[in-house]
Amino acid sequence: MWAYVVRRLAYSLVTVLGVLFLLFVLFFLVTNPDDIARKAVGEKAPPQALEQWKKNHGYDKPRFWNREQPTDSMLVDHFRRMLTFEFGNSDADDTPIWRRLRSGAGPSLSLSLPLFTLGLLLTISLGLLVAFFRETYIDRMGVILCVLAMSVSTVLYIIGGQYLIARVLRWFPISGFDPSPAVIGRFLAVPVLVGLLSNVGDSVRFYRAVFVEESSRDYVRTARAKGCGEARILSHHVLRSSLVPILTQVVVAIPQLVMGSILLESFFGIPGLGSITFDAINANDFATLRTMVYLGSLLFILGQILTDVSYTLVDPRVRLE
Amino acid sequence: MSTPAAPSTCESAETVLDVRDLVTSFPGPNRRIAVVDGVDLTISRGETLALVGESGCGKSLTALSILRLVPKPGRIDRGTVRLGGRDLRALPVAELRRVRGHEISMIFQEPMTSLNPVVTVGKQVIEAIRLHERVSSALARRRALALFEQVGIPDPASRLDAFPHQLSGGMKQRVMIAMALAARPSVLIADEPTTALDVTIQGQILDLLREVRDLLGTAILLITHDLGIVNELADRVAVMYAGRLVEVGMRTDILSAPRHPYTQGLLRSMPARARRGERLTEIAGVVPPPGQWPTGCRFAPRCTRAFDPCARIDPGPTRLSANHTAWCHAVAREEGSPPAGGAPA
Amino acid sequence: MEPYLLSNAVVVALLAGLGAALVSAGRSRVWRDAGRELVRRRPIALAILLAYVAIGLLDSLAWVSGSSGGAMPGGDTVSLHKPRSAIDRLFPDDSYREKSYSAPLAEREFLGGAPLRHPGRHLLGTDILGRDVLYQTLKGARVALLVGGFTTLIVIPLALLFGVVAGYFGGRVDDVIFFLISTLASMPGLLLLIALIMVLGRGPVQVCVALGVTGWVGFARVVRGETLKLRELDYVHAARALGASDARIVLRHIVPNLMHLVVITFVLTFSGLVLSEAVLSWLGIGIDGSWGRMIDQARDELSRDPIIWWNLVSASFALFGLILAVNLLGDAVRDILDPRTLRERA
Repeated sequence: MWAYVVRRLAYSLVTVLGVLFLLFVLFFLVTNPDDIARKAVGEKAPPQALEQWKKNHGYDKPRFWNREQPTDSMLVDHFRRMLTFEFGNSDADDTPIWRRLRSGAGPSLSLSLPLFTLGLLLTISLGLLVAFFRETYIDRMGVILCVLAMSVSTVLYIIGGQYLIARVLRWFPISGFDPSPAVIGRFLAVPVLVGLLSNVGDSVRFYRAVFVEESSRDYVRTARAKGCGEARILSHHVLRSSLVPILTQVVVAIPQLVMGSILLESFFGIPGLGSITFDAINANDFATLRTMVYLGSLLFILGQILTDVSYTLVDPRVRLE
Repeated sequence: MSTPAAPSTCESAETVLDVRDLVTSFPGPNRRIAVVDGVDLTISRGETLALVGESGCGKSLTALSILRLVPKPGRIDRGTVRLGGRDLRALPVAELRRVRGHEISMIFQEPMTSLNPVVTVGKQVIEAIRLHERVSSALARRRALALFEQVGIPDPASRLDAFPHQLSGGMKQRVMIAMALAARPSVLIADEPTTALDVTIQGQILDLLREVRDLLGTAILLITHDLGIVNELADRVAVMYAGRLVEVGMRTDILSAPRHPYTQGLLRSMPARARRGERLTEIAGVVPPPGQWPTGCRFAPRCTRAFDPCARIDPGPTRLSANHTAWCHAVAREEGSPPAGGAPA
Repeated sequence: MEPYLLSNAVVVALLAGLGAALVSAGRSRVWRDAGRELVRRRPIALAILLAYVAIGLLDSLAWVSGSSGGAMPGGDTVSLHKPRSAIDRLFPDDSYREKSYSAPLAEREFLGGAPLRHPGRHLLGTDILGRDVLYQTLKGARVALLVGGFTTLIVIPLALLFGVVAGYFGGRVDDVIFFLISTLASMPGLLLLIALIMVLGRGPVQVCVALGVTGWVGFARVVRGETLKLRELDYVHAARALGASDARIVLRHIVPNLMHLVVITFVLTFSGLVLSEAVLSWLGIGIDGSWGRMIDQARDELSRDPIIWWNLVSASFALFGLILAVNLLGDAVRDILDPRTLRERA
């Protein structure tokens, strides 16, 4: 198996290089450094200021190939720095990107971890419940509710949730964040709730489909013939053999866990990585945005390897070659 | 297992399973279609009854109906299924669960897909034990080990922790049998247990079933389309066609002296019976799909002996001897009784 | 050529294309049955979707009226020669423009109580700039259909092309394309989308292109997988043994068997795209005039006291209605075109 992991890591490295190249094309070839400089320094700035700014941010070098010093081009720079996690400063306000990442990671995790775990527990349980009652009214109602819930935009959940809970009921603060353990829950309650609601429709429908599909398999029929009750069939047999699609869903969520939800954080005033991304959009901060996409991709690729490996633990039929 | 005892006789044994007028239907394009259309079966203790017919005649569904395992949207419409005096159809689900696996077990045709792929076979057999008896897991494991030995699985201790995909088809079927016998049922339903297996393995599984019958006294309802297996294992035979029984009798009667034209046709068409260089006999026509059955006797369109009442009236049972019955107007006429039967279908 | 004439031509061309596709599908019994089944199962959702499409279409065809319209009170002669669509023409020239907020069917302004220019005419009220909310909501339909439909028109051919080529030819070609697909797929969707729009610019075409670029990868993977399976089918081997060229095999045997996937994917991604645009509007980089933009502009108004709710509610329901209809249809389409049931019906 270790040979597989090593091979996957090697392939992933190539993928990372591909991602970096794509980012290079996007951020250095398609965009015009003069535009970025002008936005950062100001429209009316003198040309020397623009040049100086471009020099500071590495936009003044030749794009691909430098005749004097072959390794001193934007392309090489970009690759070298990204691979060594040397992110430099923000295009907008010149603060070191690493510092902002460090400060944002904590708040992001404090929102995304509870959201993720609660979401997983909730949607799997609801999925099992609806699958238990399949083809009855409860099932039909459940599916209808899911489709209705899915059709509402996350944006509307945020607005609605905030309005209802924070303004009308006044149970929790409207927005803001305070990391001290005593009060952190109050600030996270509404975003977590809203986040759960916006995902529940889609996820429950997906899990229900998986569980119902597994329930119609032959081995479930054997279990019934042995005298297994429906509840035990779902919890012991179906759940265990559904772990592969469940794990796949988990991996898709991993980048979001760390990178934070841009929507939730920006709206509820949680100073996490998602908020940082949101600010970068508004400030045309390409350097930060670039970094965020890169980090998100790294996490996703890593997550995929982890998932493949975890398949072997969960499903004995999976053999990684 | 050790040497087989003498085969059990069935005349003096008591009835363990008594199915009457079983009707199971599925929704069709216009109305519900009774895919099992009024089937009666009885099995005595220690007896092996073979339920024979072509694909699609409803024999598997009959078996599933006995255990109330009919997949939705199918439904059991009518009939009683008496096991040891109790009607299984009337039991509440919790009680039925106690019966399943404990008093009556079932093994299926596809051992490949009939075992949970992510659970060890040992655990699956242990589950079959612990669902019905309060035993410690250690004791259950010992029992499972013993069962594995009984069904002839080599190196049983290590096999307990194997996963289904690590076992061959024949081995998997042995596990299924072990699982089915774990709670010591009085009836075992075997739905085409050897159809999916290699010919060489088929023989081994049949031997195993024979041992089960002889040593444990388990009654077996054997579903099959293979007359060779019927010859090897059955005490009595019931022949089904298009959802209905056409002939029931002792093995010797059915195999050597069948009376119903369909049974006769089946036996004539066995390749083993053909002589070298001769054309294989076949039954003309094809089995009508469910819902498109003709009125009257369902075999009539293909029958060489069909005459006037066959296309109009369902043939009722004609008793040929204590253990031999046929549903056929031609047979009834031979026996001298007037064509019995229900109203025109 | 005037831009509005060009866009009219595009719309007519799209309609013609759609008509041709429907006609050719109608020739096959499988597709006809599928269509009938869809109408039988989800008549309401279908009707709702058609209503949206009709509104969007009415808004897509614009023309310039002659000056015979006569001067309208408060209107200026310049705008008489602006190309206006059928929806535009439901409202008078300045679309009942007011100064600021007014409640639905109100006679007076919301703040201050001054009498309105068109009292009682605003069925859904007006927003902060005095624009009629019903008018804006109706116009949002075209934007939503543009985002969903136009983008899918990019996504599907792109995904088909790459997926089929990768799956059919295999080898190096497959390696390269698969690498491209997995690289794109490794980048978190929303982030990549944002990056693309920031880089390409914030116009409607750019947004659609960005949505298309991020969206084609998933379907391409599915197409590639299906093509790999189809390639190994017996009749494909037979066709090759008979000497059929690769192009012929692909066009006659492989692509038609992917059509059910195309239809399912089209319907399923449509709602995803429209919802994505709403999120982008929220982040400030959406398309002007979309319901998402309306919602974004309206969100602060909930905090006012007394609250202003009509523009938010109107846009929300419009968005919800379309997405719900498409989701319901998508489910039905997926069930109907399930390969297992297709085979039984054929």
